Amino acid sequence: MSKGIAITGMGIISAIGNNVAENYSALIEGRKGISRISKIDTVHRDAIMVGEIESSNEALIQQLDLPATNNYCRTALLGAIAAKQAIADAQISDINQYRTGLVSSTSVGGMDMTETYYYDYLENTNTQKYIEGHHAGDSTQKIAQQLGIHQSLVTTISTACSSAANAIMLGARLIKSGKLDRVVVGGTDCLSKFTINGFKTLMILSDTYSTPFDENRKGLNLGEAAAFLVLESDAVVKAENKKVLAYVKGYGNANDAYHQTASSENGDGATLAMEKALKVAGLKPSDIDYINAHGTATGNNDLSEGRAIINVFGDAIPDFSSTKAYTGHTLAAAGAIEAVYSVLALQHNVIFPNLNFKTQMKEFAITPQTTLKEKELQTVLSNSLGFGGNCSTVLFSKNA
Amino acid sequence: MKKVYINSIGSISAQKTFENASFLETIADYNDTVLPAIDPVYKDYIPPAAARRMAKGIKMGVVASKIALAEANLENVDAVITGTGMGCVVDSEKFVSAIIDNNEEYLTPTSFIQSTHNTVGGQIALGLGCNGYNFTYVHASISFESALLDAKMQLETEEAENILVGGVDELGAHTVKIHRLINHIKPEAVTSKTVLNSKTSGAVFSEGANFFVLSNLRAAQTYAELLDVKMFNTLEIRTLSKAVLTFLQVNGLFISDVDLIILGNNGDVAYDTYYHELTDKVFAETPQATYKQLSGEFHTASSFGLWMASKIMKSQSVPEAAQLNTIQTSEVNTILLYNQYRGENHSLTLLRHVEV
Repeated sequence: MSKGIAITGMGIISAIGNNVAENYSALIEGRKGISRISKIDTVHRDAIMVGEIESSNEALIQQLDLPATNNYCRTALLGAIAAKQAIADAQISDINQYRTGLVSSTSVGGMDMTETYYYDYLENTNTQKYIEGHHAGDSTQKIAQQLGIHQSLVTTISTACSSAANAIMLGARLIKSGKLDRVVVGGTDCLSKFTINGFKTLMILSDTYSTPFDENRKGLNLGEAAAFLVLESDAVVKAENKKVLAYVKGYGNANDAYHQTASSENGDGATLAMEKALKVAGLKPSDIDYINAHGTATGNNDLSEGRAIINVFGDAIPDFSSTKAYTGHTLAAAGAIEAVYSVLALQHNVIFPNLNFKTQMKEFAITPQTTLKEKELQTVLSNSLGFGGNCSTVLFSKNA
Repeated sequence: MKKVYINSIGSISAQKTFENASFLETIADYNDTVLPAIDPVYKDYIPPAAARRMAKGIKMGVVASKIALAEANLENVDAVITGTGMGCVVDSEKFVSAIIDNNEEYLTPTSFIQSTHNTVGGQIALGLGCNGYNFTYVHASISFESALLDAKMQLETEEAENILVGGVDELGAHTVKIHRLINHIKPEAVTSKTVLNSKTSGAVFSEGANFFVLSNLRAAQTYAELLDVKMFNTLEIRTLSKAVLTFLQVNGLFISDVDLIILGNNGDVAYDTYYHELTDKVFAETPQATYKQLSGEFHTASSFGLWMASKIMKSQSVPEAAQLNTIQTSEVNTILLYNQYRGENHSLTLLRHVEV
C-alpha cells in the first residue's frame, strides 16, 4: 500500500463563500449560490443560471492590493485569493524554506479579457496590457508571484473539467518522487461569455437550478471558483510539527477514448479512473465511505458516471452526492473545489446533500444522498470528468 | 529507478522535418516575421473527412504522433502527455469572433469543442483507442518540459513502459495581429540566417508539433537517454550560470562533460542576453547550437529543440545551419538544452548518448 501525501492547508472562493469557513456553513445549511448572472452582459441572461462570485474585479484587486496598472484577468484574481488563503491556513511564513512548487489548472485562463477587448486591442493601447495574459499559464505565473515562489517548478494543467484533480495528482507525484517538498495545487476559472455560449451551443445549460442525478435533469449551471491545497512531504510535516487536514491517498487518470465531448454510455473511462485510484491507494471499494461525484446534471454525465459507480461498487454503493447544485460547475477548478469539500466532509464526518433531487433516474436504482448525513468517514472518493474523454479520481483519507 | 529513453520522433515544423529518414539536408530559408509550418500530406495519415474538421494544430499533433508511433513500431502507448502554450488558438479565435460578430447568436458548437486545450491529446487517444493516462500542460515555454517531466517520473517508477509525449502550437491570425501590436513579433522581415543577430525586439513567430515515444525499454532505434529535465518559473541573469552548474552537478557532470549546448535564442535583443550569459562565459569553449532560426518561436518550440538534439545524438553530427560557434566535437555524448521565453519559464534538459 502506498502512503498518502499530507494536505496541510486549503483555500477557496466560490459562489457559496469567500473562504473555507463560509463554504462549509453554506454546505451544511443547504444554501446554494446559484442566481441570474449579474457581472457579464449576455443575451442569455434570462435563459441560464450561474454560480457567480459576489466580489467584482475591482474589489478583488483591492483585496490583493494590486497597482492600477495590473493586468490580472479574473481567473488570476480568484486564483491568487484562494492560493494565499491556503498558504495562510498551512501556517507557512517562509515559502522558500522548502522546495516549493505550484501546479495550477484552468480552462478559461484570460479569456474574460480576450473576449472583452478582442477588437478593442487593435485601437486602444490602454487595454493591450491584457494581450500577454491570454494564455493559460499567465494566471499561474501571477499566483506564483503572489505567493513568492521563485526559481521553482510552476506549471499549469488544462484537461477541461478534470484539470484540478490532475493538478492534485501531479503535486502528489512530485512529492512522492522527491522532486519537491511542498506543492500548492488547485485550479481557477472565471465565468466568461466564451464558456456560457459554448455550453449553450451544446444545449447542456439548465434554465433553472441544476438537479444532479435526477431523472428530469435539464443540464448544468456554470460557476466560477478557485481553490488550492497545500501538499507537504512527511519530512516537512515532521520537521514543522504540522497539523495534517487529510491525505491524498490515491489517484487515477484514464481516457474514455470514446468521443471528443460526450462520455461513453457505460462510463468506461470513469470506471478505469476509480479502479486505478483504489489500486494506488491499496484500498477496496468497500473502504470508500462517501463519493463526491462529478454529477454535473447533464443527461450524459450523470448516466455515464452513475453506471461507472455501479461498475466499480456493484451492489454496495457508498453514499454519494454531487455538490454542483451549490456552486455550479466550475470547470477546471471543480476538482479542487470538491477536494476542499471532501476534506471538510472527512474533518466533520458529514456528507453534504445532493440538492434539488426529486425523481429517481430510470436507468438504474442508485439514489444520491439528499439530506445532510452525519457519519464517521475514513475515505472519500472524488470524481472529475472532462472533455477529451478525460476522467480523474482522487481519494482523500484521514489516515496516511 | 529505470532509465528513460527517447525511442522515436515525429516532427512537423517550418522545416521539412516530417520524414525521419532525412535531417535538415535542405534548409527552408525564410525572410519574414511569421513562418507557417510545412504541411505533410495530411490525408496520408488522417481520413480526409476527419481532417477537414481539424484545425492545423490538431492535424499537426495527430500526424506527428503517428510518425513517432510508427517509428517505435507501436500500435498503442500507456499514456499520452501533451504540452501546448496557446492551445487550439484557431478554434478559440473562431468562437470568440463569432460570439462578438453575431451578438451571441447563430453559434455552432464545433469550434468551441475543438478550442479546448486538451483537444490534441484527446484526439490522439481517440484515434488510438488509448484508455491510458492523458494530461495536457499549458504553461507557456515550459508546457512541453512539464510533459517530459511527468512522463519521466512515470517511466522511472515503471507505472508505464511507453509514453507518447509532444509539444504542439498553431498560429492564429488574430493572435499574430495583436502580438505585433505589443512588439512580441519582429517589426520587419528578417532572414533565417540573420535573425539571431537582428538586434531588434520581438521574435519570428511560428508553429509546429514534435512528438516522441519515451520508454524505459531501450530499443534498436533509441535516439538518446533523457537524463534530466528541470524548470524554473523565474531566473535572474546573474543566477543563471549557477543554476545550470548545479543542474549539471546533480547529474554528476561538469561543464567540460557537455559536448554540445543547444540554446533557444530567438533574436529578441531584449531577452537573448540570457543565452549570451552562457555562451559568452561558462560555455564559451563548448560547441554551441541554436534552432529557432530554423523553427521560429512558439511556446513549444523547445520540442523542436529536443527533436534536433535527438537527431544530432543519433547521427553524431551537428547540421551546419544549427551551429552557433565554430568549435567542433568529435563525439556527442552529452547534450544540454536551455530555453526561456521573454525572461520567464526557463528549462534545462539533459541527454546522454546510448550505444545500440
